Amino acid sequence: MFTAPLRATLVAAASMSVLAACGGGSTPAAGTDGPITVEAADDACKVARTSANTGNVTFEITNKGTKVTEFYLYAEGDRILGEVENIGPGLTRRLIVEATDAGKLQTACKPGMVGDGIRGDFTVTGEGRKSVDTDTKLADATKEYQRYVNSQADSLLAKTTEFVDAVKAAKVEDAKALFPVARLYWERIEPVAESFGDLDPKIDGREDVIEEGLEFTGFHRLEKDLWETGPQADSPAIADRLLTDVKEIVAKAKTVELTPLQLANGAKELLDEVATGKITGEEDRYSHTDLWDFRANVDGSQAAIAALRPVIQEKDAALLTVLDEKFKALDDLLEKQRKGDGFKLYTELTEPEVKDLAAAVDALGEPVSKVAEAVAK
Amino acid sequence: MSGGLPRRRLLGLAGAGVALAGAGAAVGAVTAAPRRPEVENTSSVAGAVPFHGEHQAGITTAAQDRMHFVAFDVKTTKREELVALLKEWTDAAVRMTNGQEAADGGAVGGSAEAPPKDTGEALDLPPSALTITIGFGPSLFDGRFGLADQRPPGLIDLPRFPHDDLDPNRSGGDLCVQACANDPQVAVHAIRNLARIGFGRASVRWSQLGFGRTSSTTKDQVTPRNLFGFKDGTRNIKAEESDLLHDHVWVSDKDGPAWLVGGTYLVARRIRMHIEIWDRTSLREQEEIVGRKKGTGAALGQLDEFDEPDLHVKGAGGLPAIGVDAHIRLASHESLNGARILRRGYNFTDGSDGLGHLDAGLFFIGFNRDTRTQFVPMQNALATRDKMMEYLEHNGSGHFAVPPGVREGGFWGDTLFR
Repeated sequence: MFTAPLRATLVAAASMSVLAACGGGSTPAAGTDGPITVEAADDACKVARTSANTGNVTFEITNKGTKVTEFYLYAEGDRILGEVENIGPGLTRRLIVEATDAGKLQTACKPGMVGDGIRGDFTVTGEGRKSVDTDTKLADATKEYQRYVNSQADSLLAKTTEFVDAVKAAKVEDAKALFPVARLYWERIEPVAESFGDLDPKIDGREDVIEEGLEFTGFHRLEKDLWETGPQADSPAIADRLLTDVKEIVAKAKTVELTPLQLANGAKELLDEVATGKITGEEDRYSHTDLWDFRANVDGSQAAIAALRPVIQEKDAALLTVLDEKFKALDDLLEKQRKGDGFKLYTELTEPEVKDLAAAVDALGEPVSKVAEAVAK
Repeated sequence: MSGGLPRRRLLGLAGAGVALAGAGAAVGAVTAAPRRPEVENTSSVAGAVPFHGEHQAGITTAAQDRMHFVAFDVKTTKREELVALLKEWTDAAVRMTNGQEAADGGAVGGSAEAPPKDTGEALDLPPSALTITIGFGPSLFDGRFGLADQRPPGLIDLPRFPHDDLDPNRSGGDLCVQACANDPQVAVHAIRNLARIGFGRASVRWSQLGFGRTSSTTKDQVTPRNLFGFKDGTRNIKAEESDLLHDHVWVSDKDGPAWLVGGTYLVARRIRMHIEIWDRTSLREQEEIVGRKKGTGAALGQLDEFDEPDLHVKGAGGLPAIGVDAHIRLASHESLNGARILRRGYNFTDGSDGLGHLDAGLFFIGFNRDTRTQFVPMQNALATRDKMMEYLEHNGSGHFAVPPGVREGGFWGDTLFR
């Protein structure tokens, strides 16, 4: 359920962002040129200063009119860089925008909160910030990871189809065998899949996290049917819905455009998933097939790091050495728990084994959490 | 002292002096003297907070640095024994908050053949702003004590919230006692002595220590930080905001029942924080999850901590500066039809989880006038949509009706048991 970075990086990828989204620590450069006051009337939009240097630009907008108004800062093509909505008559509100690049912008007041508004030109001058997205190595990394996502998404659909067919044919043992296999592909690309808000709880929601008014559906509902309660009258219908939802998410996952920072954060999130869900046996509480999910999360994390490998090699070779070492240590521990075609059940693990796995995940999580910074260098 | 001091504390300082003088004059110096009579109680950190008043202390009292919270199961089935216990507890609480030992004779002043009446670990320590606050849980009104028709309508069994992972051994209770002080030993001493007095009539169900406050309850307190490293409680209701207290905290005669007027409802939640995972999260993401800058505490899009968050500011691509799933947006009264609560939580660490992580978090204590329309919708919004939930696990829970303050000569719950 770690969905934040995808959105976070979408914001960062834009050439300008509100202070909200900037890297933190820096204080607004109000001291040097101060906030720019804006008087928004019903028929005028008086911007006290129409140019600024790159860095944080603060507007203080006072509504001197009679209508509720809005203030916008636009880049070319009316791309929104910042806005304040719902400014009541007489009120003063603040907008801080981080201008990362020089360029010609437009300000706009929108009395009545409709239309194109009262426009004015606004110029940003000074040195821009280099964007990590222009680097070709980084571009290659995101393409490679996208190929990985596509291949996993295809397998997810194929295996989920087999699983759903088995459930509908009331072949309980077959379905039980397919359950952890289908989930492998889900868990490998979980951060991508999870970024599609509503679909994630429908496909992967656990009974205890379903909010009131929503139905308990998806993999874990069928897990409960298969292992705990026995097939239910509506199991086939639940299975059909799972397949529909998986089809939708597979289609969407293939269209996601990822940034390098998203890859780095995704690698970290997959390990967070292990640390909070799999290591405690909470994920698959009826089937106890948590180690399959564990393995798949680590695979997914490894794939993202592998895609970024040339970049990390160039920017922080020492970090890469540590990553390789810690991935191997965790791999070795996990492979010890192999049994038959898959893994031991969570309930078959001893306490020291669980603790060792937890320590190895933590040991890997630390260097993985440093990848984003290295990529952004 | 400047004019900025909150009323309760001003009264507290004056009241403490009077009470100490009275104690010394009325009773023999050996048995009833304050533990440390030579100390002038002029410091609000070390001084005494008056026990008696319209409302119980420990709610709007400037949040002390330490807390020991305990829930009890009542073991007696006799109403008169319960009432006797509440009277004995009240006497002990009056003494302890005043810096005295729990009972006459105390730790060393009684018979050498008898176990000491006070456990002794707070000897030599000043009152340390100790407050002791009692609450009555839903189960107290189950009929054992003839209270079934007195159960306040607001004292609901809390609903299950999404992601709840409640441990029955850290939840519920017939009674709760919150002891807060600026010295942890003083808080623990208070709970320990009340538990001792309770033996045979009430037994400890669960208890929680808190080592650092996570809320300010007065305007002159610096906003403290929780274990995520963020300022917490910037927009809390403060003791000076009597209109807000009236609207959001104290049960009025319009709300009823009569015995609870001037009281409030206490919700306790033990919230484990996955701090190790949090610590691997980038600063940008941490700030987006909370909705504030980590350094200044300013809401995203603002400059200073106390600048009001503006939920209508948007950044690049028209995305909100304070995200739709940011903690402060969902918890804000603007998003909750005006619902607010008074928070008084504490950081805790209780050893480790056996997997190489600290068992750490925030022991949430919130006071509100009607849990049904304040805490419940707030927690539903947070449990459902708050990005921070990925790092949290609610594993303990309690809900209690907090009776009004005790008048001189009265006892805890006397409005209920009259």
